[in-house]
Amino acid sequence: MKFGVVRFPGSCDEVDALMACRRFADADLLWHGDRDLSGVDAVVVPGGFSYGDYLRVGAIARFSPLMESVIEFARAGGPVLGICNGFQVLCEAGLLPGALLPNDSLRFVCRQVEVIVENPGTPFTRGCEAGDTLSIPVKHTTGCYYAPPGALPDEQVVLRYAPGHNPNGSMDDVAGVCNVGGNVMGLMPHPEHAVDPLTGSADGGRLFESLAMVPA
Amino acid sequence: MSLAAAPHRELGLTDAEYDGICERMGREPNALELAVFSLMWSEHCAYKHSKKLLRLLPTEGSHILMGPGENAGVVDVGDGLAAAFKVESHNHPSAVEPFQGAATGVGGILRDIFAVGARPIAVLDSLRFGELDSARSRYLFDWAVKGIGHYGNSIGVPTVGGEVYFEQPYEQNCLVNAMCVGLAPRERLIRSAAAGVGNQLVLLGARTGRDGIGGASVLASAELSEGDDRKRPTVQIGDPFEESKLVECCLELLERDLLASLQDLGAAGLSSSSSEMASKGEAGLDIDVSRVPLREADMEPFEIMISESQERMLCVVEPARLRDALGLCEHWDVRATVIGEVTATRHLRVFDGDELVGDIPVAALVDDVPLYDLEPEEPDGPIYPDPPARIGEGASAEECLLALLASPSIASKRFVVEQYDSIVGSRTVRRPQTADAAVLALEPDAGSGALAVSIDGNGRRVACDPYTGAVEAVLECARNLACVGAEPLGLTNCLNFGNPEKPHIAWQLTRAVEGLRDACLALGVPVVGGNVSLYNEGADGPIYPTPVVGMVGKLPEPSALPLAGFAEAGHAIALVGVFEPALEGSELEKLRGRLADGLPPLDLAAHADALVRVRAAVRGGELPTAHDISEGGLACALAECCIAGEIGARISLEPGEAALFGEGPGGVVVAGPRAAMEALDGAIVIGEVGGDSLDVEGVLSVPVSELRAAYEDAIPSALAA
Amino acid sequence: MLIRPKAGILDPQGQAVERALPALGFEGVANVHVGRLIELDVEDASQVPQMCERLLANPLIEEYEVVELEDAA
Repeated sequence: MKFGVVRFPGSCDEVDALMACRRFADADLLWHGDRDLSGVDAVVVPGGFSYGDYLRVGAIARFSPLMESVIEFARAGGPVLGICNGFQVLCEAGLLPGALLPNDSLRFVCRQVEVIVENPGTPFTRGCEAGDTLSIPVKHTTGCYYAPPGALPDEQVVLRYAPGHNPNGSMDDVAGVCNVGGNVMGLMPHPEHAVDPLTGSADGGRLFESLAMVPA
Repeated sequence: MSLAAAPHRELGLTDAEYDGICERMGREPNALELAVFSLMWSEHCAYKHSKKLLRLLPTEGSHILMGPGENAGVVDVGDGLAAAFKVESHNHPSAVEPFQGAATGVGGILRDIFAVGARPIAVLDSLRFGELDSARSRYLFDWAVKGIGHYGNSIGVPTVGGEVYFEQPYEQNCLVNAMCVGLAPRERLIRSAAAGVGNQLVLLGARTGRDGIGGASVLASAELSEGDDRKRPTVQIGDPFEESKLVECCLELLERDLLASLQDLGAAGLSSSSSEMASKGEAGLDIDVSRVPLREADMEPFEIMISESQERMLCVVEPARLRDALGLCEHWDVRATVIGEVTATRHLRVFDGDELVGDIPVAALVDDVPLYDLEPEEPDGPIYPDPPARIGEGASAEECLLALLASPSIASKRFVVEQYDSIVGSRTVRRPQTADAAVLALEPDAGSGALAVSIDGNGRRVACDPYTGAVEAVLECARNLACVGAEPLGLTNCLNFGNPEKPHIAWQLTRAVEGLRDACLALGVPVVGGNVSLYNEGADGPIYPTPVVGMVGKLPEPSALPLAGFAEAGHAIALVGVFEPALEGSELEKLRGRLADGLPPLDLAAHADALVRVRAAVRGGELPTAHDISEGGLACALAECCIAGEIGARISLEPGEAALFGEGPGGVVVAGPRAAMEALDGAIVIGEVGGDSLDVEGVLSVPVSELRAAYEDAIPSALAA
Repeated sequence: MLIRPKAGILDPQGQAVERALPALGFEGVANVHVGRLIELDVEDASQVPQMCERLLANPLIEEYEVVELEDAA
């Protein structure tokens, strides 16, 4: 099993994501300018400020050569996990419903929050049970999730912020969503920063562990 | 171009200095040369009034790999790794435009760190503003924090610590001091000396515009000065995205051994970087400004030489490696342009194409700059007005405690720290406000220990007593490191003071540096570098004399470190260290509207000894709680531990206000299993964790929820005003 | 091109400005929205709507208006 972690100019958390993936399987970085996915079994689009967040968060990144290959991979059913900026890129690419707006506080917020697993049926959450609480940090300025009425069926809500833990005003406390096929997921919290008790909780590791269970 | 009457005065040079320039040049300088001198001989670049004094500071140590004089200080941290660190001020730009001023302050200090070959792994910042009753101070505070967050978060370097204080004397002159720590394998370290005649000088990064040209615009040609406002010099604007590419590119250039030397461009831009590189290399540099990539079309040569456009680096590359170096820059989408070469002339020669437009001996710009002696004189009366009184003399102990917790200098800085990404990089073992120092794992699996970092300054107490106040700042920083079991390896400092030409300010500066020196010697911690910011005063008077100290230390084992909060009911609470609290210069006295004249003297040897014992106690691994006593005294330290632990405490103390609210360096509150506390060398047990209020027998009893409300709401409420 | 948040979309920046103006003494202000301005010179103006749809705006949450300026001198 091999993960591919995308690196754009301006990515911040790609090495953190790479190290998190390597706790559970092989993993390599994929450069934005290449088209070759190098035969990876799952793609992680990490956090950061790809292309400086210029124009709109994720707007330019989604047109990079590598993302074109990722979009094909996703349409063919390959698992793709978008974290924070990665979530924004996947929404811009049309792989996930909705969009991310500025936090209602209009400030960057870095905070440990609790999220509840709503849908344990995805490849990303198959190691969890419905109602499980995961402690994972968020850190973003543009994480307020929005989808027009009807665009987000309940079964596509994968994670919700626990009561009182919504850090950004997201509609219905949505923290993570997936596509109709369930193979593409985006979330604002950073599971790659919750894989080691030394630096915080290890709850985020369960998402990578679940993905690693996908047959190679 | 002919010179108008005495432009040198408009550029800040004295008549005597102008004569000195003519002497060193053997002729009068032309306009470009005068512009370069005006910056290189400015206080900010040349340290004219502080260099002699700074020679007092101890700079030797067995761990030091690079001392003062390079882009950053570097210490050996074992396992083939080196830690680079430095603190710098960006005070004046932040008072003008706090968002960009603070942001470019962070950008600048990051560049100093990767200029020596280290990957930045942490940022800390020390901020001082006027009281939050003032709309201007609220504005500066709000936007400076946003600016630091913007730059640090975007570039992916965690901001892991810092301090914020609010005092009236900083109203007109705020302080923004930014510190950065970086890590490098020892073999990747690089110096800035330009050497090797014929080696190529390459400019990396952003295009050059008119940023920061400031007062030198008086030298612009007549056409420009009458021209439209868009050509006017602008505030420096930072671009963290550009810098993130620059970091990766420079570090890979170094890994591939493609560079002979590296220097960042900061104050005075190309002129200072090139002359410093040439000076260290005992060489000369020829620069052709027509080859510098520009953001604006019609820039004059002198503007190109002194522009402070951000996100640029200068490197020296051997001709044989040039093609590979330029190719690597292209991969990283970093602009790289050959703009000159190293010569044997010992001159900085500036060309515009084929035309020689400036020719200055390097020594005149760097080594042979006039240095001045300070003329210190102890003032015979108070320099600063009393702070406004906010509580009455009759206030109860409970009222005093709540007022202290609600004063913005002491109150929770959650509002600030949540705007910073403190976790990117996966090294952060202790996030801001959870322990007394930030802790960063050295290797992902913590195999080789961890670094601890803290930044601590003092203004008001240094105003009360410059010598003792400065000693206290060093002890406070070392104590914060001790509370996570770290031994200090080196110290960096930023000296923020008023106008040194005034005898009472010269006295503050001299006594403070003597205090720093004595404290460093007593603790065995060398100074590896730093920064000086002078002339921080306005019509309302000078700032408090404010030395800011940053320390990096190492600890062997980052798991099971204490937190700055109580952990469990039943734990015993004890005091360790040297605890001799006094009310002079305390926050309580400030709230009562009083500034002290003098602080109680310290026994430095006893304090040094106590730090060793605190460190050993923490390393023993049986200390779930360790929190040093600082502003607000023991009562505030206990309250903070209750708030963090969400649990109360029952305490028994000697009667008297000094015991509760007195301040002074050296005291640490610890807590843990009773048997372990009673066995701790030199510990005095004062109580027990438990209940839901902080009870000091016979003195006060306040529910933790009330303590928390005062502590957490203070800054958000002040800003909502 | 002027790019605005779509009607009905949460616009915290617009709300923040709407709250700040009365605090400075400007009364009677409502419906504040904060967007973006993009200016460019283009040879074939008919391409502009596609540029907006594909890159410059996100049609899910933004609407755009194209304004022709005078020819560049």
